[in-house]
Amino acid sequence: MMLKNTFKAFAFIIATVFTVNLGLANTPVDSHANAHETEHHAEKEKVDVTEMIMHHIKDAHEWHLWGGHENGVSVYLPIILIDGGLKVFSSSNFYHGEHVGHGEESYLKGTGAAQGYAMFHEKIYKLDARGNLNFNEEHHINRELNSKLLDFSITKNVLALIVSAFLLILILTGVAKSYKKHGFGAPKGMSRFIEPIVLFIRDDIARDNIGEKKYKKFMPYLLTAFFFIWINNLLGLVPIIPGGANLTGNISFTLIMASFTLILTLISANKHYWRHIFATPGVPKALLPIMIPVEIIGIFTKPFALMVRLFANITAGHIIILSLVGIIFTFQSAAWGALSVPMALFISVLELLVAFLQAFIFTMLSALFIGAAVAEHH
Amino acid sequence: MTGLAAVGAGIAVLGAGLGIGRIGGSAMDAIARQPEATSKIQTAMIIAAALIEGVALFGVVVGLLQG
Repeated sequence: MMLKNTFKAFAFIIATVFTVNLGLANTPVDSHANAHETEHHAEKEKVDVTEMIMHHIKDAHEWHLWGGHENGVSVYLPIILIDGGLKVFSSSNFYHGEHVGHGEESYLKGTGAAQGYAMFHEKIYKLDARGNLNFNEEHHINRELNSKLLDFSITKNVLALIVSAFLLILILTGVAKSYKKHGFGAPKGMSRFIEPIVLFIRDDIARDNIGEKKYKKFMPYLLTAFFFIWINNLLGLVPIIPGGANLTGNISFTLIMASFTLILTLISANKHYWRHIFATPGVPKALLPIMIPVEIIGIFTKPFALMVRLFANITAGHIIILSLVGIIFTFQSAAWGALSVPMALFISVLELLVAFLQAFIFTMLSALFIGAAVAEHH
Repeated sequence: MTGLAAVGAGIAVLGAGLGIGRIGGSAMDAIARQPEATSKIQTAMIIAAALIEGVALFGVVVGLLQG
């Protein structure tokens, strides 16, 4: 009965969307567009949705706020290069620079302070003596003619990381101070929110997986990893600055987080852990040449899975939300909002859960790996 | 080739869906039998689901790289 009603409601919504859409099908979202431009526009916008999504999930040297290529508003972030000395200038020198080339070989030539450099897919290269970028047959940069530079720029992701680290320090030192002031009685203020989470990580993650004796040493790392991933996941869901950067969906970020777990596992591992790798008990000697490589690969696949899980989950979440919003622009009709907005809202709420869950799983699996490395033999 | 990558990602999702569905179903059974062990069962369920999901996401990443 319940299912039938749900199905009816769904059919009704779909039918409404289609009926409304028929009536408004010819109304373009951009009401200023001329009639003869609309057709050209429609084809262009379709490509733009994919481009917009891909642009969003990658790192950038600007923080795009709104608008298109010409009339858009962005926060231009500083570019810091080491190329025979430190060079600092604004990225607007690229974004307001000269567009050179076309198709897959189009790039931005810097002006002003960025003279002599070019930006291609958000990467900065040095121009050759003739002032060009050189491409090979696969539309990649020819590294011999245009060297890549040491780029220490404050990109979108770096800025998001600084903001979230600052927020985290602000919140958690505040909580620590409140314990100093009020003692370990009933929590006050922000610690009412933080204390249950810390206790949850201590009791359900660290103590259960690492063991009563040894869990205390690893609490700082587990708490830091959990809160850092969580706050970055949440800030990624906020559509306006300083949120909206796809930081936890950046493979370099997750690579570093996962390598922390790997290093911590390896340096705290006891002799039983190493014996299980190099002389697995109960395995015939003849099998060891096969077992040892498998076990060594096993050391690295665990953090590799941690890295890919966080990266892919968060990136996929961002892509799904943007795709659902993008439906409006793909079909060139505001009426599709009736479908896309509720669905985007639904996925956004789901992503709130995923944001917590991924931070939880990362911490839980880290504790599990560490626990396996420090477990006493019995 | 883009189409093939999408089909591959779809098959990966199918497998993960079946796997996580089985875990969820078994966890429901277990919780119904032993409601007092709910939190432990939930934790174990989430870990197992995360491991399966990790494999499915490899498929998604390959799909993204190909697309």
